[in-house]
Amino acid sequence: MPPAEVKLDGIGKSYGEQWVVRDVNLHIRRGEFFTFLGPSGCGKTTLLRIIAGFVFPDAGTVYLDGQPVNHVPPWQRNVGLVFQNYALWPHMTVFANVAFGLRERKVARSEIERRVMETLRQVDLQGTENRRPSQLSGGQQQRVALARTLVIQPRLLLLDEPLSNLDAKLRIDMRIELLKLQRDLGLTTIYVTHDQEEALALSTHIAVMNSGRIEQEGAPRQIYEQPASESVAAFVGKSNLFSGRVLQAKGGFIEVRTDDNLIIRAASHTSVVSPQRGDEMLLSVRPEAMELRASGSSVGTNQLTGQVAASAYQGTFIEYEVQLAARTLKTHTVNPKGKALFRSGQEVTVTFAADDVVIVRHR
Amino acid sequence: MLLLLAILIAFILYPILRVLWVSLSDETGGLTLIHFQNFFRRPLFREALWNTLLSGLLVVVFSALMSLPLAYVLARYEFRGKLLLQTAATLPLVIPPFVGAVALQLIFGRSGMVNLLLMRWFDTSLPFMEGLTGVVLVQTLHFFPFILLNTVVSLANIDPAMEEMAQNMGCHGLRLFRRITLPLMLPGFIAGALLTFIRAIDDLGTPLMLNYKNLLAPQAYLRITTVGIDDPDGYVICVVLVVLSLVTLLAARKYLSLAEYATAQRSAPVTRKLHGKKVLLLWLLCGAILGVSLLPHIGILLLSFSKVWSFTLLPTTYTLDNFAEILFRAPHFIKNTLLYTLLAAGFDVILGAAIAFLLLRSRLAGRNLLDAIATLPLAIPGVVLAVGYLRVFHGWDFPGLGGPLTSSWLILVIAYTVRRLPYTVRACYAALQQVHISLEESAQSLGANRLKTFAKVTLPLISGGLVAGGLISFVTSCVELASTIMLVPRIELGPISYGIYLYMQSPLGRGAGAALGVVAILLVSLGTYLTHRIFGGRAGNAFRI
Repeated sequence: MPPAEVKLDGIGKSYGEQWVVRDVNLHIRRGEFFTFLGPSGCGKTTLLRIIAGFVFPDAGTVYLDGQPVNHVPPWQRNVGLVFQNYALWPHMTVFANVAFGLRERKVARSEIERRVMETLRQVDLQGTENRRPSQLSGGQQQRVALARTLVIQPRLLLLDEPLSNLDAKLRIDMRIELLKLQRDLGLTTIYVTHDQEEALALSTHIAVMNSGRIEQEGAPRQIYEQPASESVAAFVGKSNLFSGRVLQAKGGFIEVRTDDNLIIRAASHTSVVSPQRGDEMLLSVRPEAMELRASGSSVGTNQLTGQVAASAYQGTFIEYEVQLAARTLKTHTVNPKGKALFRSGQEVTVTFAADDVVIVRHR
Repeated sequence: MLLLLAILIAFILYPILRVLWVSLSDETGGLTLIHFQNFFRRPLFREALWNTLLSGLLVVVFSALMSLPLAYVLARYEFRGKLLLQTAATLPLVIPPFVGAVALQLIFGRSGMVNLLLMRWFDTSLPFMEGLTGVVLVQTLHFFPFILLNTVVSLANIDPAMEEMAQNMGCHGLRLFRRITLPLMLPGFIAGALLTFIRAIDDLGTPLMLNYKNLLAPQAYLRITTVGIDDPDGYVICVVLVVLSLVTLLAARKYLSLAEYATAQRSAPVTRKLHGKKVLLLWLLCGAILGVSLLPHIGILLLSFSKVWSFTLLPTTYTLDNFAEILFRAPHFIKNTLLYTLLAAGFDVILGAAIAFLLLRSRLAGRNLLDAIATLPLAIPGVVLAVGYLRVFHGWDFPGLGGPLTSSWLILVIAYTVRRLPYTVRACYAALQQVHISLEESAQSLGANRLKTFAKVTLPLISGGLVAGGLISFVTSCVELASTIMLVPRIELGPISYGIYLYMQSPLGRGAGAALGVVAILLVSLGTYLTHRIFGGRAGNAFRI
């Protein structure tokens, strides 16, 4: 079956008074790797289960390949789902687990044999077919779960935090394998995670969710570099947020006086509406856009002076917290290799370019 | 540790080994299999063995038929009045089977309610309560909750994702039940079935009350009490009973360990809400099943208030005399029961907590032996334990008692303690397991010594489990008959179960016996209620092994 396209039209779900999913409108195109990203309890798993057919939406319609499927039961949707805890059937061998969906589809015995073996090879599990799930490692169980779903050639692959039960190193390995597999098969994939790194690394598209709503939808670069709301900026990566009023706007630049009396110059092209004097603004600057210099020797558009309050050595970079009069700035500095690091309490100047300032909100 | 081991060996292992030894030795003390050959050569014993297996099997089959639909309904549907049905399903456990036997005689017996009606309307009668049929009927109505509770628990423990995954793969309806749900709940169900089997073949009270003697347990009892304590045949029967129970118990354990594998990781049970006609239908189904199982309760209550009840549908005259008899004229039955069972519960908690502590918190060699011996009583029928005690302690003056242990009421306390020890050990073990060792370690790193840590951290955290363990012991000891009737030294030292047995021997005493039965039901209900309060929603666990 060719990969599906999915349309969600005004989807909502409530449990009692509480709307766990609200007014979700999305268009997921064929072959996309689409991620629902958000903190736990944001409604992302519920949305996934609505698409799988396990939760009936209280508002809106789900379209698969243009057909409304609200009333189609899960077993007729031909969508593959991989659970967070894998849900491998303990009373069946690996082979029987993977063959299950094919047997349900009344595929001929020899064909089942061939396709199961082929899929097991695809996920690098040949030779485990007679074992029980409990005899496999976490990573292997994960791949059995994937194979079980892939073997039925679903038109849509739904993955519910599939990597969250693996240890850190395995998670990154599996991430790359998953990426290759999905790109090779060209399968439309919807992926649910709370891990922003995973989302940025895997997805072609991301929808950031918060309390049941979609806060922002876009390509990973767009989400990271131009967060559309405070919560997106705060959830995806780290951010320094400044709120204040426009002092002047001219020549593609604006000058903003922040609530704690800092002056910040920003390029105005990231704003949708052209900014006017007196407008309220929320600005965001990523830690890695900020550069630290010893006090006095500074150049750059924006310069803020303070003291190093804390530092954490991270190997490839050093995380400094710089104390200003009324706030601390989070900064990442590339490891200067052999040169001296800043000491705690040292006077420093933080500089960043006007282009690195993102206008998050403008009203 | 050594003291514990000594106690367990003296009161569990040694008596059993003595029983085994007697069955295997000839007059001169040499090893022989002659007694076992005799056992299998005698048609009476062969028939008793066959009847025991058959009745156990039938009880399991009928209990399963009653339990399975109920279990599915209780585990998977949400509807009005479900709590009421749930409660009703545990009520059969509060009535001792031999008390239920008497009540069912009045309802299904030769001149009971049902047969009187049949005579009146159709001029015929059905032998519900005759022979093996009666035993199976009584035991089924009493023991089916063991299967029910085990099945409900294992159904509720199935990870919903297991079924959702199958639906996602295109499987649904009956096929889903057959391929996923049934195999996943089977281990719990089989464990429950095997437990029911053990209970049924160990039960001495029911056949005695129904005057059906052709089963192993009553045969052992009759041999020892009539032929004498030196008759090897009784011992052979005991050994056969223990072997049957032990094999069944080991099988049940194996299945229970299999059951662990499907335990839910996401604790959202998939229950469907039902309304309207479907609820009515469920109520009719469950009400019919549970209604029959509550008949013994109603029967015994009526009998306890009746002056005369024979050859009539209902009692003809009502009275409070029966209660006056047991409360004022012969109050020692109730007093003895409270004394013995509370003492036994106390000992059980102390022993259980100590054993659980050694198992979980020490690395002493031999702690597994301790566990094995403490679990053994599950497979020792009351009759066998009593025979062992009589053999070991009879005619041997216990130091400090001025007589043999078997002529003191202490022997009953010991028997109760031992018989219920496995349950208390399990309750204490489960409670202590909940207390992560890091809780104790953090107290110690903050300066509390071992004793203080135990008193201030561990004990408060496990106290609920300890009390629950004690209550389980109390509840089940209250209605213990098998070892009681063999070990009671004198009538005035007998507890409630013994009193009921005595009263029921004469038609005139049946009212008083029933009144004692009501008291027993109340005691057990109270204990069960308190256990539920402590265990909360996990109350079903108390009745698993």
